[in-house]
Amino acid sequence: MPKRTDIKKILIIGSGPIVIGQACEFDYSGTQACKVLKQEGFEVVLVNSNPATIMTDPELADKTYIEPITVDAITKIIAKERPDALLPTLGGQTALNAAVNLDKAGVLKKYKVETIGANIKAIKKGEDRRLFKQAMEKIGLDLPKSDKAYNLEDAIEVAKRIGFPVIIRPSFTLGGTGGSVAYNLEEFRGLAKRGLEASMISEILIEESVVGWKEFELEVMRDLKDNVVIICSIENFDPMGVHTGDSITVAPVQTLTDREYQKMRDAAIACIREIGVETGGSNIQFALNPENGRMVIIEMNPRVSRSSALASKATGFPIAKIAAKLAVGFTLDEIPNDITKETPACFEPAIDYCVVKIPRFTFEKFASADSTLTVSMKSVGEAMSIGRTFKEALQKGLRSLEIKKFGLESMLFNSLLDIEIQNGTMEEILQKLRVPNAERIFYVGDAFRAGMDIEKIHELTKIDRWFLHNIKEIIECEKEICLSKDNLNETILKKAKEFGFSDRQLAKILGKKEEEIFSLRKKYNIEPAFKLVDTCAAEFQAFTPYYYSSYDK
Amino acid sequence: MNAILALENGKVFKGKSFGASGERCGEVVFNTSMTGYQEILTDPSYKGQIVAMTYPLIGNYGINTEDVESRKIFLEGFVVKEYSKIASSWRSEKSLGDYLKENNILGVEGIDTRKLTLEIREAGAMKAVLSTLDMDEKSLVEKARKSSGLVGIDLVKEVSIDKKYVRSGQKDKFKVVVLDCGVKYNTLREFAKRHCQVVVVPSDTSSEEIIKLKPDGIMLSNGPGDPAAVSYVIETTRKLIGKVPIFGICLGQQMLGLAMGGKTYKLKFGHHGVNHPVKDIRTGKVYITVQNHGFCVDIDSLNKKDIEITHINLNDNTLEGMRHKRLPVFSVQFHPEAGAGPHDAEYLFDEFIEMMKKHKA
Repeated sequence: MPKRTDIKKILIIGSGPIVIGQACEFDYSGTQACKVLKQEGFEVVLVNSNPATIMTDPELADKTYIEPITVDAITKIIAKERPDALLPTLGGQTALNAAVNLDKAGVLKKYKVETIGANIKAIKKGEDRRLFKQAMEKIGLDLPKSDKAYNLEDAIEVAKRIGFPVIIRPSFTLGGTGGSVAYNLEEFRGLAKRGLEASMISEILIEESVVGWKEFELEVMRDLKDNVVIICSIENFDPMGVHTGDSITVAPVQTLTDREYQKMRDAAIACIREIGVETGGSNIQFALNPENGRMVIIEMNPRVSRSSALASKATGFPIAKIAAKLAVGFTLDEIPNDITKETPACFEPAIDYCVVKIPRFTFEKFASADSTLTVSMKSVGEAMSIGRTFKEALQKGLRSLEIKKFGLESMLFNSLLDIEIQNGTMEEILQKLRVPNAERIFYVGDAFRAGMDIEKIHELTKIDRWFLHNIKEIIECEKEICLSKDNLNETILKKAKEFGFSDRQLAKILGKKEEEIFSLRKKYNIEPAFKLVDTCAAEFQAFTPYYYSSYDK
Repeated sequence: MNAILALENGKVFKGKSFGASGERCGEVVFNTSMTGYQEILTDPSYKGQIVAMTYPLIGNYGINTEDVESRKIFLEGFVVKEYSKIASSWRSEKSLGDYLKENNILGVEGIDTRKLTLEIREAGAMKAVLSTLDMDEKSLVEKARKSSGLVGIDLVKEVSIDKKYVRSGQKDKFKVVVLDCGVKYNTLREFAKRHCQVVVVPSDTSSEEIIKLKPDGIMLSNGPGDPAAVSYVIETTRKLIGKVPIFGICLGQQMLGLAMGGKTYKLKFGHHGVNHPVKDIRTGKVYITVQNHGFCVDIDSLNKKDIEITHINLNDNTLEGMRHKRLPVFSVQFHPEAGAGPHDAEYLFDEFIEMMKKHKA
């Protein structure tokens, strides 16, 4: 299907000010959309109140309105500009909510503005938890048990019926605001009240807790010909109970067999079709019971999301750019893969590295904030890293956070050679493992340093044993480095670099200067290779210079 | 234990063994699937090949008894970047390393599989040797060069069963004879799902014997190596065309192509992965398909008066599916049975059921 010619002017809604849960990722997607649509000859009108965005640069759209993203303001813009279409799926939740409200106010109908990407019906079906639940039941997908309530009294009745712990999720909010877990009735009262207040329509969903289950996400794309592809699979290091935005996440999935992965893929495809997102990307989340493999669908975002930005950079597949093209009628097989040029965008990227995203917190700037991680997002940013192994990517990611850690360093122990366990140390570790928090990853390292085993740490954190085993290997390597003292030989140094240790981290472990490690590395000729992110695991030639470093030969 | 992979072009890769010890020759190919190593190991089509996984972290979820695709491991060796020493899954029964050892298959880790893949992409699939015994690089390269390779070798006889067997379900509506050239269990599962009794017969079963079984349809299965080397199956196929509905998968398509007068050729490094876009020309829809083949039917060699092209690979425009214009015969180059990989192309089994239904009526 070629480009649509019945629409000429398209309105794009940006995501407004940066808040926790909605940051520059939507500037990235919106900017991509502006560029692509202009290139394709459409007249682009943009509304965004945030001046510190690339999309509001004068040359990006044909007309840019720095106005509040409200029904009133956008209505005036629509009345003046008379766009043929509205593209609401690239400006995060703000844009999606604005589109729903414009529809409700009758503005879209009055000015004959067509929503492209996802229509209003699909947006509602994806976002309204009751409609979503009905839709998923219709196609036979399993969900956590749930019901919704509009006041505290009903809420308590529902919670009692489902049994604690339960999750409280307000409908129509930003970044999971107001969402929380309640372990007992007492906690529930306060949390449910707050949830009702956070919802734009005073509605909460009370849900069976799947806290501690494995969490996965799939980034899905669909075109007008109903071709559907999975761009990226993501596995969360932190199990269910921690908001995805606050979780360490890993691409691709690590601990699913092909059968389980394909079942999830089938479910994701059925989901996007049933919800009716006609074109573009959606993000679909699943939880899986690690004891028996029961898989439930958690939610879908019928739009480009925070994870889409990550998935784009993790795979080399430009989700926002392709989503914009699909919205105006192109199909996936008509769009070339930018990186390989020869092959089409209608495929599923194969990656030959491991990607780790680590959230960045700034609790030090919010003295009164509770640093416990829950289902409401608290991180203010993130770093992504690529390595040939999870170990390498994890350590690269940790030092990218700029929190004065240069890898998986210790929180508690000064001397790594003889770990001194003082009074209260074990208690502190147990506490930090049990309750998710910003520094938990470092405490997992310290738990291994203190002699705890995988089973015990798994029991406390529910983090998959595969991840824990990899962290254990990092700590064992650290021990080897410690023990080598002044005889850091080529074999150990090479292994350390392959495991993602930085020169600075090694220097600290050995009480040396970073320069000394650097010279030693030069002496042994241990240098990083730069490998390509090419969407295809080297099967085809790549033309885009997008690299990551790795100590792999 | 140290291990070496030596290629016929003189390139040598050093790693560590995590499977059995020994020495085996084979054609080295790369597979780009990120999941499904267990299905890949037990896919008989890999007979004669050493498989390198482009995804670097392998073994993560261990091995279970449900996900096997045949009765044992047929490939010659398995090469990965990092072997996971832990198997983390509620379904895992043993580690990948133990599984390889039990089957006496070499497994090597610590290889820069991306570098190896680039080597294969440039030079094509190559003859190679994998060894934990001989550490002399020159000697190994020589062994790789002297090994037989795949062209002109009948590998089907090495993987096919000795005796026919029957799998019946409840309410079976059709009887499908599967000519086993290396069939994957998922093909049989797909038939069972659609109420078909399957009779799996050895690859050298004659057309007369097959007809005697009174099948409603015949499945020409996937299998290893060079299609031109299995002349007896091609001959059998030729005699069956037009008599009973035939559905060919992978090697099955190649043998059908040859039986209908076409030619096959060897691809540079083949298609081995689960992300190949294939267009069904009849509908314009694109399916993400599972692929595992080194040979291909030459699109230009087909008699277009009789044969309709139904599927095409969007990456390189090679032939992916064809259908006889008048007789009940069709085939695809990819794997609609999946295992490992997406289920997008399952509809072809439904088409075969329809074809059998029509032919029966």
